[in-house]
Order: sequence, then structure tokens, then C-alpha cells
Amino acid sequence: TIPRRLCILKGIYPHEPKHKKKVNKGSTAPRTFYLLKDIKFLLHEPIVSKFREYKVFVRKLRKAFGKSEWGTVERLKDNKPTYRLDHIVKERYPTFTDALRDLDDALSMCFLFSTFPRTGKCHVQTVQLCRRLAVEWLNYIIASRSLRKVFLSIKGIYYQAEVLGQPITWITPYTFAHDHPTDVDYRVMATFTEFYTTLLGFVNFRLYHSLNLVYPPKIDGQADVELKPTEGKEYAMDSESYLEKLSALSASLARVVAPAHEDEVEMDEFPVEGETSEEMDTRKKEQEALEKQKKLFEGLRFFLSREVPREPLAFIIRCFGGQVSWDKSLCIGATYGVSDPSITHHIVDRPRPEPQLVGRCYLQPQWVFDSVNAKMCLPVADYFPGVLLPPHLSPFVTEQEGDYVPPEKLKLLALQRGENPDEESEEEEEEEEEEDDNDKEEEEDEDESEKEEEMKLKKMEEQKTQSNKALPVKVTAGKVRLEDRKRLEQEQQSEEKRLAIMMMKKREKYLYKKIMFGKKRKVREANKLAAKRKAHDTAVKEEKKKSKKARRA
Amino acid sequence: LQDIRNTVGNIPMEWYQDFPHIGYDLDGKKIYKPIRNKDELDMFLEKMENPDYWRTVQDKMTGADIKLTDEQVDLVHRLQRGQFGDVHFNPYEPAVDFFTHEVMIHPVTNRPADKRSFIPSLIEKEKVSKLVHAIKMGWIKPRKPKDDSPSYYDLWAHEDPNSILGRHKMHVPAPKMKLPGHEESYNPPPEYLLSEEEKLAWEQQEVAERKLNFVPQRFGSLRQVPAYPRFIQERFERCLDLYLCPRQRKMRVNVNPEDLIPKLPKPRDLQPFPTTQALIYRGHSSLVRCLSISPSGQWLVSGSDDGTVRFWEVCTARCMKTLPVGGVVKSIAWNPNPTICLVAICVEQSVLLVNPCLGDKLLYGATDQLLESYVAPEEERVQPVRWVTATAEEHSKGIRLVIQHSKAVKQVTWHGKGDYLASVVSDNSSMQVLIHQSSKRWSQSPFRRSKGMVQVVLFHPTRPYFFVATQRYVRIYNLLKQELTKKLMTNCKWVSSMAIHPGGDNIICGSYDSKLAWFDLDLSTRPYQLLRHHKRALRSVAFHRRYPLFASGSDDGSVIVCHGMVYNDLLQNPLLVPVKVLKGHVITLDLGVLDVLFHPTQPWVFSSGADGTIRLYT
Repeated sequence: TIPRRLCILKGIYPHEPKHKKKVNKGSTAPRTFYLLKDIKFLLHEPIVSKFREYKVFVRKLRKAFGKSEWGTVERLKDNKPTYRLDHIVKERYPTFTDALRDLDDALSMCFLFSTFPRTGKCHVQTVQLCRRLAVEWLNYIIASRSLRKVFLSIKGIYYQAEVLGQPITWITPYTFAHDHPTDVDYRVMATFTEFYTTLLGFVNFRLYHSLNLVYPPKIDGQADVELKPTEGKEYAMDSESYLEKLSALSASLARVVAPAHEDEVEMDEFPVEGETSEEMDTRKKEQEALEKQKKLFEGLRFFLSREVPREPLAFIIRCFGGQVSWDKSLCIGATYGVSDPSITHHIVDRPRPEPQLVGRCYLQPQWVFDSVNAKMCLPVADYFPGVLLPPHLSPFVTEQEGDYVPPEKLKLLALQRGENPDEESEEEEEEEEEEDDNDKEEEEDEDESEKEEEMKLKKMEEQKTQSNKALPVKVTAGKVRLEDRKRLEQEQQSEEKRLAIMMMKKREKYLYKKIMFGKKRKVREANKLAAKRKAHDTAVKEEKKKSKKARRA
Repeated sequence: LQDIRNTVGNIPMEWYQDFPHIGYDLDGKKIYKPIRNKDELDMFLEKMENPDYWRTVQDKMTGADIKLTDEQVDLVHRLQRGQFGDVHFNPYEPAVDFFTHEVMIHPVTNRPADKRSFIPSLIEKEKVSKLVHAIKMGWIKPRKPKDDSPSYYDLWAHEDPNSILGRHKMHVPAPKMKLPGHEESYNPPPEYLLSEEEKLAWEQQEVAERKLNFVPQRFGSLRQVPAYPRFIQERFERCLDLYLCPRQRKMRVNVNPEDLIPKLPKPRDLQPFPTTQALIYRGHSSLVRCLSISPSGQWLVSGSDDGTVRFWEVCTARCMKTLPVGGVVKSIAWNPNPTICLVAICVEQSVLLVNPCLGDKLLYGATDQLLESYVAPEEERVQPVRWVTATAEEHSKGIRLVIQHSKAVKQVTWHGKGDYLASVVSDNSSMQVLIHQSSKRWSQSPFRRSKGMVQVVLFHPTRPYFFVATQRYVRIYNLLKQELTKKLMTNCKWVSSMAIHPGGDNIICGSYDSKLAWFDLDLSTRPYQLLRHHKRALRSVAFHRRYPLFASGSDDGSVIVCHGMVYNDLLQNPLLVPVKVLKGHVITLDLGVLDVLFHPTQPWVFSSGADGTIRLYT
């Protein structure tokens, strides 16, 4: 059997043979196959001997324990063999971009492990290391302002950052105690985490140096002074307070070279070959939009209420240049209090906040997330506390042609284009109200109209009888049958297509049918969603009408 | 109080609940329970009236009521309060120190120190020497120096952008996880939430089959969102995928389906071909099995299961003549020679040669004369069939000759010149195929041995070739040389029909497994193209004599007309394009179209169906 740990560390995965029967001695029973080359490659790994050493160490230790030779135990523990995974990281990721490309799982795992309790499931050191690396990563993202998308899902919070052109997505769980499942092998996860922490450490080191930041991160001198006050001591032990201060995410980091006041070098534009001016323009526009997005919250001062998840919000706001603070008792690193008059946005998540201060917006946290995804500060009216929130859409979905696009997304796109759909919708609503009124009138009218109809019918009958009397043999003028040319043409085309499909080769026909089936299913699903939405909207409207009627009555 | 010793021991006394006694005394005699004849009312009264009721308890061992004394009650009270049972016990006696805390000038003992406390310990020496020995032998390693190289450094300082992965070039990086869609949001648009039925369906699905691995939910605000219970599991599953799943590069077919459709010439450019149903010939009461048309194209003849043969005028759909033949008409063939007016009809075991007496009187008169001019040879030759001249009654109906076979006849077909005709007998012997010469009233069996059930036979229109289709093969015989020239594999299970291109180099075969095989005789013995246009079994196929058209009729009730252009240039392959699907026949008894036939001069096609009609499409 292949040692599992080695496979995980070295990134060896099984292989699907081309001829299963040939390899498996004629049977087709499901088995996993590894390449012989891979196994040989594993055997050459120097870490194998380290593992053996460790095994021997464990055996000796057990023996010493059994004999209760405590001196030996001590001595053995002092000489505990260790191993490093640097060379494996380098080998698996020969270039830095490779490492960045594969960072998604590493980050998700580290963020998960950093939320584990410090007892039981895994070593305390692992949890602490994961926490440290995660905080370092967050601080880097803040410093480089490379966060792009955020998404509140029911599973956790997704973030997407763009680091050196690579999109990196990770998920963090909501901060609740874990209900540890029994059907999970924590040893496997621990092995993965072991590798991931090494990888993430090296990546962090490199990233920090690329921004001229000190690694391990240090809080900027000025901010450090600000943070000095004794509150830190009450909050955490000296050994931990530094990490806590870092993880508060409120202070900027120290740089190796003092930054020369945002000296952004004007990049010379080199037209890429084979690029038309239009493409260049779009690229330029994108660049500008990106710059704008990076400064989304610049100049805004946020205050987080106690019930709001602090870390994600602080992280996001800081990523886009905003200033953020929270209650002093909530966490270390608060920079200003609730009553600060310069606060522009107050994030709350309760139905009815206590006395509101004038001069700031009280908003629900979803506003921050939606604004980031929309790359603009959204109108605040929809996000006041206690208001029914607009749906939170996934920023990771890019609708292709024919896909279902939820109306909220359309609205958002219109907003981004600079139109203001709100007014229209309001108008629509007004119209609807008018319509409602009309409906009532119509209801009243209906009786009259029925009468009218009856009259008409009578008249018609009279006319008929009259005409019958006048002419016993009736000749009606022939109608010119209008041939719908378009439809005819369409029919012809569809028939041609059908005939051509008949002539397809068997294999191509199969492929074609499969593709068409997939397309049809997509359309069906989109239609289903649209129908559902329509039904929902009408139901909501009915309810509104009813409530309005009730109010009037 | 008596000294009653109950000997039952330490047992639950409930065991004696249902007995009159409560145990046994030392002599082994039963100890009876005290008589309790009080009912609940008495008990209640006693509870109310007896002032000592509260201090009365029941002795479990004897079952007797015992009144507690004052001391006993006192003891109970004290225990309840957590005090000691003994009244006289004082828990707070003043403490007396064992040793005094003051430092004394004299030692406690004045014993002189041992010698061993002045000399080095032997045991320790032994231990040390053991350790020294162990270190010398290398069993014990001195403490390793702390490794103080930094745990993280710039690993990619000297990265080589061209370097490949150490392992091998074929490394497949793990695919990224799918990004979440709108339905995963904590506050999704309402259409993404599952309805009750959908939720139920989701629950009943297999875990692996589910499209979503969670149920979309809506929360009014962020604070109401709970932890996701399967978060760790999902990470774990991802880990398992990473190291246990085989990876494979799958080429995603990224084709525009429109590109797959072959570019064919437009049917409009291939006109003329029949497009619409023009006429319906009604009259038969049962399925119309076979059709044939006069060489001039004026008359149509059809044979049906109702035992009649009808002659129609093509342009007016009028039934000119009905000929009852008293049996199912299996096949019918009009003599292709325009100077002879003769129709061969298969009825059960005989082939009737009928002069329909339609059209030019001179023409059919000449045909009669031709038949009557036959002079019987001097010596009777042995023939596989009997040629019988029609009786007077039959003659008046138009029947001129009857060729009586020994078995039921399946098919009859004329040679292009109009003298010879071939008939197929449903038999399994060598006498399946017979070739008759009508002018000499002479028949012969061309084959010595049977090669299987013959389905269809055909004459080559110009050259002396004879096509015999068995279930799976088509054999081509040279009648002059009397040898097999070719054997065509049809790739079908059961050939039902066959037609030959007027040029004579191409054959189409229809089969019951709904395929149509086009053979180019110059190209190969395998089909040049196998067309699967029909959904059900093909019943008949036909070529047009002038236009590059062929048609196939099938049990699915449709006739498909195809353009089949054969080029004179040998290098260019035939071009086959379906141009029209003609529908009209009603499917009865699971049968649709039974026969198709082209008009000899016009681009018209006739089809006869199981619904008893013949339809003309123009």
C-alpha cells in the first residue's frame, strides 16, 4: 500500500488506466491505480527516512514510558526528530505563480483550522500557526488592496482576491463553535494542513517582500504607539497580544523602506501586438474601474456594532481604503468610539437600533458586501436596519446568453451603467397603484360593459335576421388569405434543418443530439426559474393589494 | 416488642408484596404481616385524627408500624440539618500544633552523620558510567543544537520559469472548486428557493445524484445565519478528492452544434421533386400492397388484400376498372414495354397476365394478337410451372394467361424489354426464382442451389444482369455467362425491397431494420451510404426513371423523397440529399406505407398505404 501521508505531501494522485481490464488482470472491479513512475518517485524522497526516524522515536518513547524511565523519556523528547517540507513545496511548485494558482485549498484549510478549538482534534501549535498565517494573509490583502469579490453564502463567506494576476478564492466559516463530525478523518486533514501551512508561509514571505513589508509582519510605528494604551493588557497575555493586535486588522503594517507618499509611477502604455485600439480602450477602462474599486471606501469612516461579525467586515472595509472601528470591549485595536462625529457609516444588524445619531448612515452589513461586488457605493435606502433586504447575489456568476438572469442583477447592471432604475421602478409602482385603482373602476364598470355587450349581441342578431330576410342565398366576399411569409420561410428553414440532420453521420448525430439536449435543459431550467419568479412576484403583489385594501377599509 | 428476626436477608422487600407473610424467622416459620384491614378512608381518618401519625413509620422488615421516640426524631432532625448524629461531639475543638513553629536550639535527634554521606555514591557512579558508555557507543546522542534557520524564506528566489514539475510533464493540476451561484447566498432571490415538492425530491435523491449539496435557504439578516453543519465534511471531501481521485484531462468538445450539421445543397435548388399531396385514390377496402404504372404514365394499377386489382386513371383518380382475382395480391407489375399492354399480377400460387384493355385500342388489340400468335412447340418440354390459357369467363375480365406455380408467389417483375418476367416463390428450395418468357410460354429456374430466402429480384435495365436479394446479401448474376459477378453486403438484418438506378450502376436496398443502403456498384460491395431516415421498417424503395430522385416508404407512415444525383464522372461520388418528408397515410395495424412508385415522366410519387388509399404527391 502507498503511504497516505507521503502521497498527500508529494501531491501524488492515482491514475485512471486507459485499459482497465488489461491492467487489472481482466477484471473490471473498481481499484485505484498509481503510476509505477510515481511510486518510484516517492521512494526516492529523502523525507521517507525522516518518517522512519520518527517511527523509531515513537517506538523508543513508548518503551521508555513502559519502563517508566523518565530520564530517557526526557532525553528522547529533547532529540525528537523533525522534518521540513521546503523542498517538497519547491518541487511541487517550481514557480511562484504555480504556488499562487494552487492556493485556494490551502487558504480555505488554514482559515478552517484557525477556527478550531485549542483542544482535542489537532495540535495546538497547528491551530496557532494557521491563525498566524491566516492573519498574515489578510494583512497582506489589505496592504495590497487586492480583494475583488466577497459573497455571503450559507456555508460561509467567500472572498476572491487577485494576487499577481491570479484569482484566489477562499471560504471562511461563520464564527461559531464547530460540531465536530465523526465521519471525518482528522489525520488526513492534519497532513494536508501541514503541507498547506508550509506553502502559505513561503507564499506570505514572498508576498510581503514584494510589497516591501517586514516579515513577520510588524505594526506600523505610529499605529503601534496609538495601540499602546493599557487596554491591551486586559485583553490578552503579552505573548498573544501582538497577534491579536495584528488580527484586529485595524493598523497598517511597517515597511522596510518608508513609502514615498504614493508615488505611483505612470505606467507607459505599450500597445500589445495585434490589439486594436478598441481593445486597448476597454483594457484601459477596466484598469480605471479597478483603480476606482480599490478606493471604494476611501474617506469613509465605519463603526461596527457588537452583533456584526467584526473580522470579515473590518477586513473588507480596510481592503477598500475605509477606516473602521468598533466597541472597545469587543476587541483590541479599536481606534475611535461610537460617539465620534466623523463616523459616516454605522453597521448594525438589529431590527431597531437605539437612539440614532445624526450625521451617519445606519446600515445592515449586506450593504458593504453588495457595494464591493457592485464596485460602487450602492444607494443606502434598501439597507436601513429593519428593512427587508434586497437579495444578495453571487458575484461569481457571469450569465451567458440564454442563462437566467435574476431581475436584481439586471437592476444592478443598469445602475453600474449609470442609469437609475429606481426611479423607473417607482414610477412603475405608481402606475401599478393607478392600475389598481383602475381595476376597481373596471370592476364597477364591468356590469355596465356586460349590459353593453348584451345590447351589441342583440343588435347583431337583428342585423343577421334582417340580412337573412333580404337575401335567402348569402354570398360572402372571399377573404384574401394572407400568407405569412416570414412564418413560411421559417418553416422552410426548419424543414431544411431537419432534413440536413437526417443526413448526419451517426457519431455526429449523437453529439449533436447531446449538445441540443443540454441546451434545451438549460433553457428549461431558465424558464422554470423565470416562471417561479413571476409567480412569486404576482403573489407579493396580490398581498400588497390586499393589505392596501384592508388599510383603506 | 417481640424479637423477630427476619431471615430473608438484604433483599428488596417488594418480592413479598403479594404474599401474606413477609419472611421467615430463625425456626423457618413464616412471619406474617400484621393485619391491615384499613381502607383508604380509614387511613385518611387516621391521618387526620392520630396526633402521632407524622412520627409513625413502617418497618420494612416486619411490616409493623413503629412510632419514633423523641430521641429518634431529634436524631433525624439533626442529620437533616447536616449535623453530627452524636449530640456530644464537638467538631470545633481547639487545634494543637504537632511541632512548634518556634526554632529550637537543640536538634530533634543528635545522631552523627553516616559515612556514606561523605563519600561519592557508588550507585550514581555506576549510572554515570553507564551513561558515559552509552554516549561512547553512540546509543545516546547529545542534545541536538537548536535549528535556528528561519522557518520561512524566499523559496522562489532562483526560480526557473522554464522548469517543469520535478515529477513529470504530464502533471494535471487539481481542478478548482466550483464557485458558488446565487442559490448559495444567505439571502437568495426567491426563485432559487426550493418549493415543497422540490425539497421532497431533493431529500429522496441519492446524495451523489443531488445537483446541489445543500438546500437553499433565506435568512432575513446576517445575524440569523447559523453555522453550516457540513463545513468540515466538505473540506474533508475536498481533501479526499485531492489525493484519492484519479485526474484526467478531458477534452471538452467545444463545437457549435450548427457546425455539425452537414452543408447540403438547399432542397429548393434541387427541384423538381414532389412536395404536396395532390390526389387520393379511394376504393380499396383493405391494405393496398402493391402499385404499378403503365409506361405511358396514364394508368395506375394497384393490388390489395381485399382480393381486387383496380385500374386508375392517374390524372383524375378515377377507378377505371376493378378486377376481382379472388385472393391477396402480393405483387403487380406493368409491362415496361410501351407497345405491349400487359400486367402481371401475383395471386396466391399463380401469376396472372392481364390485358387491362385501357388506352389505345390498337395497342391492346396488338397485345392480344401477340399472345394468340403463340404456337405450341411440337414436343412438350418439362417446365417447373404450368402455363394455362384463360377460360372464356376469365378472358372477358381481361385475364389472358395464368402461370400456375406450385407454391405461393411473392413477387413478379418484368425485364425491361417486356418479354421476360421473373417471379419469386416463397419456398426454401432452389426453385425460388423462376424466369418466364411470355412470348414462348416457357419458364426455367436459373439457380441450381438455394442461397437463402430470396426477398426481391430485379433485372438490370440495360445489361443482362439479374439481382437477387436474400435476407442480408444482394447477389448479382450475369445471365449470359451464367455466373455470379458480385455479392453485396447490405449491413442490414433483413432486406425488404430493392430498386435500381436507371443508369444501372447504383442500387438502393430498404430493410426492415429501418435502414436504406445505397450501393455504388463501381465503388465497393459495401454500402456507399447507409441512411437511417425512417423510424420504422422500410417497406419499399423506388427510383425515378428520369429525375435524380428516389423515395422510400416506411411503416411510420411517411415517404421520404431524396435527391440522389449520380454523376457520369467516375471520380465524383453520388450526392444524396433528403429533400422532402411526405406524410399523409394513416397508420393502421402498425403498418404505414406499403409501396411507393414514381411516375415515369413527371416528378410525382405514388404511395399506397395500409389505410386502403393510394396517394399521389406532386
